[in-house]
Amino acid sequence: MIQIKNLNVTYEAMGEGYAALENINLEIGSGETCAIIGPSGCGKSTLLKVLAGIIRKYEGVVEINGQPIMPMQQKIGFIPQNYGLLPWKNVYENIRLSAKIKNKKDSDHSKELDFFIQQLGLAGLECRYPGELSGGQQQRVALARSFLLKPDLLLMDEPFSALDAMTREEIQNVFLDVWRKYSVSTILVTHYVEEALYLGQKIVILSGIPGTISKIIDNPLFGIDDIRNHQDFFQLSLTLRKMIKEDWSK
Amino acid sequence: MIEQRRGVWYLYGILIFFTLWYMAASLVNLPIIPTPWIVMKNLLGIFIPKILIHGSYSLWRIVAGVILAVIVGGPVGLCMGYFPKWDRALSPIVYLTYPIPKIALLPIMMLLLGLGEVSKILMIFLIIVFQVIIAVRDGVKSIPKETYYPLYSLGATFSNIFREILIPASMPKFLTSIRVAMATAISVLFFTETFGTEYGMGYFIMDAWMRVNYLEMYSGIVVLSCMGLVLFGVIDYLDRKICHWQYK
Repeated sequence: MIQIKNLNVTYEAMGEGYAALENINLEIGSGETCAIIGPSGCGKSTLLKVLAGIIRKYEGVVEINGQPIMPMQQKIGFIPQNYGLLPWKNVYENIRLSAKIKNKKDSDHSKELDFFIQQLGLAGLECRYPGELSGGQQQRVALARSFLLKPDLLLMDEPFSALDAMTREEIQNVFLDVWRKYSVSTILVTHYVEEALYLGQKIVILSGIPGTISKIIDNPLFGIDDIRNHQDFFQLSLTLRKMIKEDWSK
Repeated sequence: MIEQRRGVWYLYGILIFFTLWYMAASLVNLPIIPTPWIVMKNLLGIFIPKILIHGSYSLWRIVAGVILAVIVGGPVGLCMGYFPKWDRALSPIVYLTYPIPKIALLPIMMLLLGLGEVSKILMIFLIIVFQVIIAVRDGVKSIPKETYYPLYSLGATFSNIFREILIPASMPKFLTSIRVAMATAISVLFFTETFGTEYGMGYFIMDAWMRVNYLEMYSGIVVLSCMGLVLFGVIDYLDRKICHWQYK
């Protein structure tokens, strides 16, 4: 369970304090997915960085399973927009990195690692370097790296936005497949309404500067097979779009 | 296959070098520029009895100087690149001392540290260390912030960051800095070896020159440039071994 209570984040620039996030309250159940959608500069990435333990200066309560964020103790997977793969490590080493840092030497992950390589369609690419992979393949590697940990919380910052439309749909399905198997609590930031609808059980609409939550929607269409082709999906995305447009033009 | 082709290119370079040398020798036609064949013949004759000991001394000084510069410059550069405070504190000192012509300090070093090995190795160290510091620092600074994020959120310690990111990321720039500094280091080595020693390629070449033994002098120069070739070859080899990811 992820709990955020009265979260305020300010950052300093040129000696002055600016509010990036104001009074954020959010609760995400264990194994739930949550899509955060909002305009550029509204603090989406800041919120993710707080949850990832990268930003440590904030007011309020942010807890994973009742414990404050501590990257040393919890397992947090973070996939940045550029996938965050290390160019000097090949696919195999990149995936193994998370386990290597987290578990030091006490366990052998080679079996699970092979399993994830198969699961995410990376077989045969183990010895390639990130520079030799397509965007979709890099994203698969980043997902494998995060899922290998079986994290308490998975964070993704616009994970699919750099992919072409067809690859994006394919990787979204790959993500859902793996997520269903491991039901990892996931928070993803996106600026595509359809992506939020397809991947988020909860959809959080952020607005304004400083970022505040203007709506939290429980997505009724999540998890239905082939939902993208249904009329309901289309209808809801239109409604959502309208809602967001009104909200952001305030 | 590629290795073989690389060897062919080295042969090609040597061939051109000898051709130019031969042309110069036949054009001038004086004992001051002997033809390559005579020099090579002479070199074969004196390599083991005379040159080997001098060559070994020179190689040891260069390698010791470079290793010392790497041991000191590497960590300092990494810390300056990673911690802004270190950079703010140390950059002015580095910038202030980097342009000082180190060779001008040679007399002082020899007075303070004696005529022996220490002053020579320290001289090479001083020439190389600044380039290593600056290259490694800039290498670390050019790593995008996002590269660190997944590791931070995994709870990586500083030693994790050090091993997994800082060292591999700065390696290409580090090797380039060694490559650039190597040529300077060899010329400086030559200069330092003309003082207070009876061993080293610098001594050997200058001694042959004083005795107007041009054949030995040229043999010494050939050995010195071969030493450079081997050292560059080693750095290129390391580059291909460690940094092959960047050519993908």
